[in-house]
Amino acid sequence: MTFTQKHLLGIEPLHPVEITTILDLAEDYVALNRSAEKHASVLDGMTQINMFFEASTRTQASFELAGKRLGADVMSMAMAQTSLKKGETLIDTALTLNAMHPDLLVVRHPHSGAVNLLAEKVTCAVLNAGDGRHEHPTQALLDALTIRRKKGRLHRLTVAICGDIAHSRVARSNLILLGKMENRVRLVGPPTLMPAQVGTFGVEVFDDMRAGLEGADVVMMLRLQRERMDGAFVPSEREYFHRYGLDAEKLAYAKDDAIVMHPGPMNRGVEIDGAIADDINRSVIQEQVEMGVAVRMACMDLLARNLRSSRERARLREVTDG
Amino acid sequence: MLWFHNARLIDPETGTDHVGTLLVRDGAIAERDGPCPDGAQAIDAGGKCLAPGIVDLGVQVGEPGAQHKESLRTAGLAAARGGVTTIIMRPDTSPAIDTPEVLEYVTRRAQARTPVNIRAMAALTRGREGREMAEIGLLLDAGAVAFGDGERVLRDTRVFARAMAYARGLGALIVGHPQDAGLSAGACATTGKFASLKGLPAVSPMAERMGLDRDLGLVEMTRARYHADQITCARALPALERAKQNGLDVTAGISIHHLTLNEFDVGDYRTFFKLTPPLRGEDDRRAVVEAVREGLIDIICSMHSPQDEESKRLPFEEAAPGAVGLETLLPAAMRLHHSEGLGLPQIWRALALNPARRLGLASGRLGEGAPADLVLFDPETPFVLDRFSLLSKSKNTPFDEARMQGRVLATYVAGRQVYPRGADDA
Repeated sequence: MTFTQKHLLGIEPLHPVEITTILDLAEDYVALNRSAEKHASVLDGMTQINMFFEASTRTQASFELAGKRLGADVMSMAMAQTSLKKGETLIDTALTLNAMHPDLLVVRHPHSGAVNLLAEKVTCAVLNAGDGRHEHPTQALLDALTIRRKKGRLHRLTVAICGDIAHSRVARSNLILLGKMENRVRLVGPPTLMPAQVGTFGVEVFDDMRAGLEGADVVMMLRLQRERMDGAFVPSEREYFHRYGLDAEKLAYAKDDAIVMHPGPMNRGVEIDGAIADDINRSVIQEQVEMGVAVRMACMDLLARNLRSSRERARLREVTDG
Repeated sequence: MLWFHNARLIDPETGTDHVGTLLVRDGAIAERDGPCPDGAQAIDAGGKCLAPGIVDLGVQVGEPGAQHKESLRTAGLAAARGGVTTIIMRPDTSPAIDTPEVLEYVTRRAQARTPVNIRAMAALTRGREGREMAEIGLLLDAGAVAFGDGERVLRDTRVFARAMAYARGLGALIVGHPQDAGLSAGACATTGKFASLKGLPAVSPMAERMGLDRDLGLVEMTRARYHADQITCARALPALERAKQNGLDVTAGISIHHLTLNEFDVGDYRTFFKLTPPLRGEDDRRAVVEAVREGLIDIICSMHSPQDEESKRLPFEEAAPGAVGLETLLPAAMRLHHSEGLGLPQIWRALALNPARRLGLASGRLGEGAPADLVLFDPETPFVLDRFSLLSKSKNTPFDEARMQGRVLATYVAGRQVYPRGADDA
């Protein structure tokens, strides 16, 4: 067994071998998802609960589909509208759900570390579907799978991550993963959108997008939230697009076969030009969505295996002790 | 009469640490290194340390307003056990200690409920809202030892300047919380790689220096007596040093937590390590330890801030800041002795002598005539802290399960033993 985690809380705790294990298994699920059957039974009898304390469409749909295709009973709860409004604490909500004996808990929360906190209190496997500005591990894994399939490898690539790095959990998970797999990571964006002391991260930092894209194999764009564009972090939408929006002219600085990625949802005309996003020779944005389902299936499969074997060990202990 | 013998007398005033005897008569220290007079109760200290009781500047007590977190009674018990003989209460109660009536209420209740001395810091502005100054003169007459708005930054410099000028006329001490309000808004960590990778909103240590610079500017303008409650980073130290060299009446404090812990202790979002200001990097921690050694930072306190479980069992950003410290102040301070090489008299200057002097109290000394507020302790005894063994009503200590050294054996207030309590008055 080359995957030993109990939860998937972030990329940071993963060993490179574990990352490779997830991606290898995900390849199998890509094939399954493209077949007519689209069904496996590895999660038969298991219950998956999706708790999204923050609105999400694609991630939630992706997790839901992944669970269903593996045979789990899936329930999705839009927590943003429910119990927290009634004053219940995160831990109480978690304990309530835990009492229903779920096997997999998929959680998104607006605060960094909230998913770690929750994982301490429940007995099932927890998957982080994004916590505050901290991590979004399945996004980084699906990006890694996309890159590996397009580039044929996941090492010694030059990857430029562009845009709002400071507020992005996608950027954090990606830069950790790409670093662990020994790639050259560049961060491109205005200083107001860079994390503090970014110089100590072991990455290259660029204020000028053209210089940052020079010779890149992969161009990863990030979403810039509209409320950050009204003079708070950048002066205006049009100034941002002018300096950091990905268009054909800027993309020309990257390698000829560079791929363009975006975690979605896109702001066309803000961080990415519509024509680039739709260019099937460069943009792999649709493929990222496809890989998302496969990667999430792989993660849940591996966590379920570990959960089953830990339960089996506990049962055996009970038998021998009793 | 009590006569201690075979005791290591830790005297911060003379900077000495030697074995001797100490006679207590009528609640005060009567004689050093003399023989046992007739009728005195002889106490063999067994070679352990006898030092002035700790004067803890800046203790939050939940009474009135949050008795479920800490009452005057539990704070007093915790203090006695921690070797703290004088608690300086912070004004951040509900209602705030901003009128002589509230101050009198608190003082009266404290006298009946706590075995140690309790003095109060009063709010500098009404309701600690930073708009109108509180009745500084009346509060001073009612016994307030200092004035400040707790951890709330007074944003309006005009209000602050006037309050300082007014306080100066009365000789009142102002306690400021140096921090730039704009930069620190919403922050719960110190900027750096750790906070960035954990995705926590962070504030630069520069915000503390900017806050201090501003306050010192006002002090220079008004010549007020000023104490910065917590100076926790290297960047703020030169400004402090300059102010002292220029003859301003300025002192600075720091919590024991900022001297013994750093940002990495937060680890996996452990909310007991969420403090105000947030824990700093190791470079800053070492710089402030040096500043205590040199005397640039004058006062060490616990910044005792009780929080119940509900306030802490939350995602890090939402959790309430603060940590209890009355009972762990002494053993944590022993880390400065054992690991950083600070002498015991040096540590006691910051724990007892300096705060007492700054507040105009007679305690904090071992000299003849000083009140017999004493702590008898063993700096060596190792133990592992169990937070549920604390007497504080709230158990939010960052030292839970930590290996510590140094235990209080007995605490005396005005010559009366308050810890451990005899079976008769337990």
